[in-house]
Order: sequence, then structure tokens, then C-alpha cells
Amino acid sequence: MKCGVVVFPGSNCDHDVYHVLKHVLEQEVTFLWHQDDSLQGCELIVLPGGFAYGDYLRAGALAALSPVMGAVKRHAEAGGLVLGICNGFQVLLEAGLLPGAMRRNENLRFQCLDVHLRTERADLPFTRRLKPGQVLRLPIAHAEGNYEDSPARLDALEANGQVVFRYCEPDGRITSESNPNGAARNIAGICNVAGNVLGLMPHPERCSEAVLGNTDGLALFASAVEVGSRHLQAAGAGR
Amino acid sequence: MTVLQKTAEPAVNAETARSIGLTEEEFERLKKILGRDPNWTELGITSALWSEHCSYKSSKVYLKEFPTAGPHVLQGPGENAGVVDVGHGWVAVFKMESHNHPSFIEPYQGSMTGVGGILRDVFTMGARPIACMDALRFGEIDAPRMRFLIDGVVRGIGGYGNCMGIPTVGGETGFHRCYDGNILVNAFALGIARHDRIFHARASGAGNPVLYVGSRTGRDGIHGATMASESFDKESEQKRPTVQVGDPFTEKVLLEACLEAMRTGAIVAIQDMGAAGLTSSTFEMAGRGGTGLHLDLDQVPLRQPGLTPYEMMLSESQERMVLVAKKGREEEVEKVFRRWGLEVADIGEITTTGRAVLTWHGEMAADVPIQPLTEEAPVYRRPVAEPTDLAARWRAPEVPQPDDPRQALEELLATPEFASKRWIWQQYDHTVRTNTVQGPGGDAAVLLLKGTPSGLAMTCDVNPVYCYFDPRRGGAQAVAEAVRNLACVGAEPVGLTDCLNFGNPERPEISWQFREAVRGISDACRALAVPVISGNVSFYNETEGQSIYPTPAVAMVGVIPNLSNLPNPWFQREGDRIVLLGEDRSEFGGAAYLRLLYDLEQGRPPEVDLDAELRLARLLRGLVARGLIHTAHDLSEGGFLISLAEACFGRRTLGARVEVPLAGADLFSETQGRALVACAPAALDRVLQAAEEAGVPAREIGETGGGELVVKSGGEVLSAPVDRLHEIWSTALPKALGL
Repeated sequence: MKCGVVVFPGSNCDHDVYHVLKHVLEQEVTFLWHQDDSLQGCELIVLPGGFAYGDYLRAGALAALSPVMGAVKRHAEAGGLVLGICNGFQVLLEAGLLPGAMRRNENLRFQCLDVHLRTERADLPFTRRLKPGQVLRLPIAHAEGNYEDSPARLDALEANGQVVFRYCEPDGRITSESNPNGAARNIAGICNVAGNVLGLMPHPERCSEAVLGNTDGLALFASAVEVGSRHLQAAGAGR
Repeated sequence: MTVLQKTAEPAVNAETARSIGLTEEEFERLKKILGRDPNWTELGITSALWSEHCSYKSSKVYLKEFPTAGPHVLQGPGENAGVVDVGHGWVAVFKMESHNHPSFIEPYQGSMTGVGGILRDVFTMGARPIACMDALRFGEIDAPRMRFLIDGVVRGIGGYGNCMGIPTVGGETGFHRCYDGNILVNAFALGIARHDRIFHARASGAGNPVLYVGSRTGRDGIHGATMASESFDKESEQKRPTVQVGDPFTEKVLLEACLEAMRTGAIVAIQDMGAAGLTSSTFEMAGRGGTGLHLDLDQVPLRQPGLTPYEMMLSESQERMVLVAKKGREEEVEKVFRRWGLEVADIGEITTTGRAVLTWHGEMAADVPIQPLTEEAPVYRRPVAEPTDLAARWRAPEVPQPDDPRQALEELLATPEFASKRWIWQQYDHTVRTNTVQGPGGDAAVLLLKGTPSGLAMTCDVNPVYCYFDPRRGGAQAVAEAVRNLACVGAEPVGLTDCLNFGNPERPEISWQFREAVRGISDACRALAVPVISGNVSFYNETEGQSIYPTPAVAMVGVIPNLSNLPNPWFQREGDRIVLLGEDRSEFGGAAYLRLLYDLEQGRPPEVDLDAELRLARLLRGLVARGLIHTAHDLSEGGFLISLAEACFGRRTLGARVEVPLAGADLFSETQGRALVACAPAALDRVLQAAEEAGVPAREIGETGGGELVVKSGGEVLSAPVDRLHEIWSTALPKALGL
């Protein structure tokens, strides 16, 4: 499957995502420059973590206006897979590809630690290798992950089944103690209505290799790659 | 020949020279070198180059004593950073540097730019930075401004490294009242590069263009290097404008652009603009290469109009680099920087004259010979005097026995010194770049060297109280402890960098401290076969005549041949056997037990037996390599009981039940050369056998398991729930900070 990792000036998890896709999952991967408005035929687009354009204004606000995002929007509208991680999630919100907004973490500090996530949707292209309710341990590293929206829109998000991951205790209970940043309803990751665009604050690429002591994140990439190769097979069979 | 002297600038004389940091002798020396009076710009340039910070004029004679060669060393001191071979075609490039003075004046920007500066030192060598560490020393938390300083420094370090995407994987933080008026912020960075891709800051090739890249030059940080070479007084607050402002985003694109530009093959030399900005970067490059230099100051990109040559040459605006490109290939280099949205300016060229000629507005702004100002800067052998009360300081302390060892343990765990530093390092991204096998909180940080079975380990160590009472022993102890910490993760040391923080070297006792500490570090480096490959000296760490304790922070890097058997610093499994390695003695000179519980600092610090340290380190590395142990944790400040408690505080707490021949205060004795290991019962005989063969005293003291820490010693039994100890230890720092 051909994967594209978008590079904004200030992206800093681009190499990490590239490494997992290329060396752990052995997929074809290319970097996509923020000034280009072509995705070079990539099927899976990843917006990586970092501080795009320094995030001096509002996280993701400038990146959302860059030329490459026009192509990403068209890709998403056509049903293509888009994964936004951390800063990438913030960019997806600013670009309007996902609903809601980020505020500063409740304690107003950058926080880097392992958190537990409960899988709320295991039927998406990114989560098909997970089980409903499965608890994952993933690292977070951000200062703006306090997800927020109006109560009505949050209700709609839940009703549409767009909440994909919630911060939880190791046993899966949703508590305020397990919420590391104050996010509304412990929301850690959401998708669009169609389910082909996923944004999450934790970093699955940082726990995708046994040598790092945790492989809980690999399932997200592996699920997407599996979907992609099925598409390829289907396309091949159709020809 | 006439050089420009603007009427608006101060007159040049001995008095104005002194006002910017040059002594009368230095002023005379400059006049002799020039054969005439300097103008104001030339005086400013010389003042910066000859500042303590840039010239090492008071420390050079001692630094020569360091062993700097070794089988792995590719570049020792003298470049932007040192380089060691770490195997599989990779080299590690690392250095540590202080940013004490700016951080005390403005903690957020001061620590930010400290991190930014050390990162530039690393990537300017062609290496991609993959890890940072920080050695921090604060005063008592209740001292004036201290909570503000702690918060600002931690935010600043995080603010820079997090944005750059370089993990802060370790470091150390200490608290002592000697830092109430002068905190220490020492930043370490490590990068990796392929063996044949190292770049140097050595100019060559007459006619080659000098390019300026990165941020524009403003009026910030003018004379920062000189400020860092002075003591603090009541007026220091007014020096805020000499602190630079950091922009990590610009540095991130600068990093990517530099590494990409280096791959073009069109770059001859490259150097970052750190202390003394454009002056030190261009003069040092030309000085090392033995070339001359012509700079057209009208081409320097300015943030605001109207900067004088003096201001341009001395500005310490951040995130700027100077490079020498191959003539005719400038366009290739410039294209890369423009693609990353960075400004490039052609500001001059390399010449063969050996002189720096600066022109501005059609006139000669300065014309000075380079090497006499760089390579032949003044060198001082300052008067040295041993403190007159040394015998009294070394008198063995009366050691009170604790009424209740458990209470003593709990009180110690609740001090900022021993408390968990999680509150600090949780604000640093320590997992980005996906190399972090073991992050902050252990004996040493461990990073994956991707594409190889190996790992890199790194640690920072020093005990300033030991160094105050006996700087030579303290210096040796810092090195020995670093070697021990690396050995606990199975790493063989390949090199160290240091940050030597001292008071005013013009005072004979301070120069004595410095000389002795350097000797102690050198003794230990020779005995333990660790070369010094880079480093930094920070003098004048004193406020109103009150000097800090000598604080020669050591950062050591080691290689772990194979990561598959890596032990933890924490107990992992129930029923593991615990073995105490090394010899127990009763040593309390400068010990934390006396200082923190009885407010008593007294006595000569513990002996450092370098042969025993070497045997212990070899044993530990062997045990790790053979996969015999699950846990390894060294004994250091606070002694046996503190280390044992820490070993219980893993991600999942786990108790232990041990019996030791240590009673009362001896549970807190700081005898060196010791470590705790834990292994499966089936491996115990092999562990004890290996220790015997290595000549390291070893005894099985108990086993892991349960929720209690139980220590039998003599007829007494100490028993405490691990969760309670963990609660005290993990919440103490935020509580002390009032959060």
C-alpha cells in the first residue's frame, strides 16, 4: 500500500511514522511536502505530530491553510484514509475535516506520559484489528489536547458513533483521574461520519515495536494497511 | 590605515575597555597586537573573544590535564562538540553547556536558548540530534523567586526540546541553598551521524563565500558572553536585555535545512552563532583554518534598521548559522534554505590574509589579525590557595542514630532532593523519535540505535557537597558514579562531556577548587578509561560574593552491545533474589542523611576506590550481557535504604524482604562502589560466582515480593507498605512547589 506522510515545517514525528510504515510494516512510503497539492497516488495519508509552523498562533491553524491540505480534503471526501496524530489531529480540526476544537491542557502544561485508551469503535479501517472495549496503553505528548465542543455537538458526535478512543483506567473504566488533559467526555480520538478520517492525540507510532517495550499502537497502522491491500486486491480482481 | 570610529560611540580608552570586560593589561595587549588604538567595534570584538566564556583563559592550563584520547574518539575538545565511534558505522556527537546566568535572570528564555545553543553545536557537526539531558541545580524551594525559577526553567527546556522533536531522556535535579542566588542550568545534547559525514568548523579556500542563514540579527543578547563572565549583584536584574529570546520553530527548520544542505557536498565549513554571535562564529572558523576573512556588514540581515557594526558583531540573536560554501555552488546551498523558508545572505568571503576585514557603508569598520585574537588569547594561571580550614572541614562528623529508621526513610523520600522528579520530566517529550527504551527516572537513559542491536546509554552526575568538602574526590566520584550508572544498564563508557560550574576564579580558593576537581575527574577518567571529548566551563557563579559549591557536572555516554537483556532499575518479578554488591563501610562525610535530617554538613566525602569501581562496572556489564539479572540499581546519595526503596518504585510497585548487617544510620551510609541486583532464583549461583571471579564482595540479602518493604538489621525490623512510601516519594515535589 502506498502511504504518504505529510511534512509541514515543524512536523517532528514524520520520521517516526515513516519508520513504522516502512520498516515495521514494510509498506511503500513517501514524504509529502506542505507546498505541494498532490498526494502522489498515496492511499493512506498520515498527518504526523509536531509543531507545524511553530504553533505560535493556535495549534494547527496555519497548517490547515497550506496547499497540501486541499489535496488531503479531496482525498478524504473521496473516501481515502486520513490519520491525524497529535498535531495532525489538531490540523484536521482546524481544517474542518473533523468537528470540535482543542484547548490548552487543563493544567496548562505540556504532558508526556503513557495513558490508557478504551476502544469505542472496532469496525473502522483504522481499528478493525482491535476488539470493542479493548484497552490500549499509548504515550501522549502534547500541551493542547483538551478536546472541546458544544454539548449538543458532543451529543451528536456520540450518537453518530464518532468517538473512537476515550482515556480510561487500565481496566477500561472511564474516570476523571484517567483523563490527562481535561478533554470533554474523556475523548482521545474521533472519526468523521464516514469513518475514513481518524484523529487522535496519543502516539501509536511510538509503541509499535517490541524493542520499545510496547506494541499496542501497531494495530492502527496494520488495520489501515490491511484495508488498503484488500482494496488493491479487489481492484486487481476487477481488472 | 584608518578604521571607522563613530562619534556617537564611547571613546576608546582603558576605562571604557574595562566597562565591557577587558582588563588594563588586556587592553594594552590588544593595542600591541594592532600596533595602534582599536576602535569601538574592534574593542567589542576583542572583549567577546577574550571573555572567560569564549576564551577559557582561566581554565585552559588545567583542562590540558584531561585524558582526551581513546580508541573510540574521533574528535576531542576544540570543536563545537566531541565525536566518538559507537559501532556499526555510526558516531555519537555530544556536548554539555551551561546557561546559568541567563536562566537566573530570565528562566524561561534562558533555559530555552541553552537547549537551542547546545542543539546547534551538535547539528552543526552534521549529526542529527536524538537526545537531550539537563543537569539542574536550584536553591531551597522557599528561597526568593525559586518557585518562579524552577517553573520557568522546566517550561523553557520543555518548550524548546518538545517543539524541536528531540526527546529529553534524562538528567538530574538537585536543591541546595548554595544555589539560592545562582541556579545552574546545564544542557546536554547528543546526535548521531554516519562515520564519514562529520562536518567541521574550519574555514578554507580563498574566495569561498561566507553565507549567513537563519534568523535576522537584532539587538538582543549583546555582550551575553561578557555577562556570563561576571558575578551577580543587585543590578543583575537590569541585565535582562542581555538575555536572548529563543524560537524553536526556526531552529527546527534550520536543523532540517542544514542537514539537507550538508548532503549537497557544497559546504566547506559550518558553525553556529552562539555566544558572541557573528564574532565568535566567523573568527573561530577562520582561526582554526588559518585563513582570513572579509565581511560586508551591509549584507547582514537585520531585524530592525540602524544596527552599528559593534551591535551586529556582538548580537546574540538566536537560530543563526554561518557557513562557508564552495565557490560557484552557493546556489545549491541557498536553494535548500529557501525551500525551508529561511533567509540566506552572502556576507563575505574567505581570504588568505589572516586578517578579519569588516566593511560597512563603504568604510572600514574593523581590521584585525585573527589568530592573535583567537588562538593566542590571554591565558592565566590564577593564584591558588587551599582553604585554611580544610582540616576542620574534614573532621569526621558525629553521626546521630535515627530514632526510627522508617521515619528517617520517609522524611528523606519527602525531600525535594530524593523525591520523584516526574513532575519535571513529564513536561518533557521523552518518547519522540521512537528510540527511547528507558527514559527519565532510572540510573541511565537507554536509546535504541536504530538498525543495529545496540543501544546508547547516557547519564549525568555530580555531588556538589562532596565537591565542596573535597573537590578532587568529588570530581572522581562524579565520574565513578556515571560509570556505575552506565554499567547498571550494561553499557561500556565511550566518552564524557562536562560542565564545570564554579565561582569567581580570581579568588584563590575557587581556583584551588577548580584545579582539584579537574584532577579528580582526570584521575577517574584515566583509571576507568573514559576520555573527555568536549565540555564547558562556567565561572563567576556567585551573587554578592556568595559562591556556589563547585559543581563539575559530568555527562557520560556508553554503548550497550545488545539490548535484548536490558535490566530495569526496578524490581520486576516476585521471588527474585536480591544481591548487594560492593563493600559496606560507615561513611558520612557530606552525606545526605546528615544534611537533610540534621542540617549538618561535615567531613571528608566517601573514599573513591577506582579499582573497586572498575571491578564492579565490569561485573555489572557481564551480568547484563549474560542476561543473568532482571534489576540493577546503584547505591549513591542516601545509601542502601534509599536505593532499595527506589527499586520498589517501578511502574507497578513491588515489595522486598531483606536482611542486612547494616544497622541504624549505616543504612544511609554513602560508601561508594555498591549496587543492588535482582535475579531469578535459578541464576543466583551464577551471579554470586561471577562476583567472586570479578573480585567484588557480594551477598544475597533477600527476595522481592509482596506489598511491604521489610529490612531486618541486627535485632531490629523496619517494615513499611511500599504504596505508602511511593505515595510520599511521588507527591513530594509538586507539594513542595505548592501545586
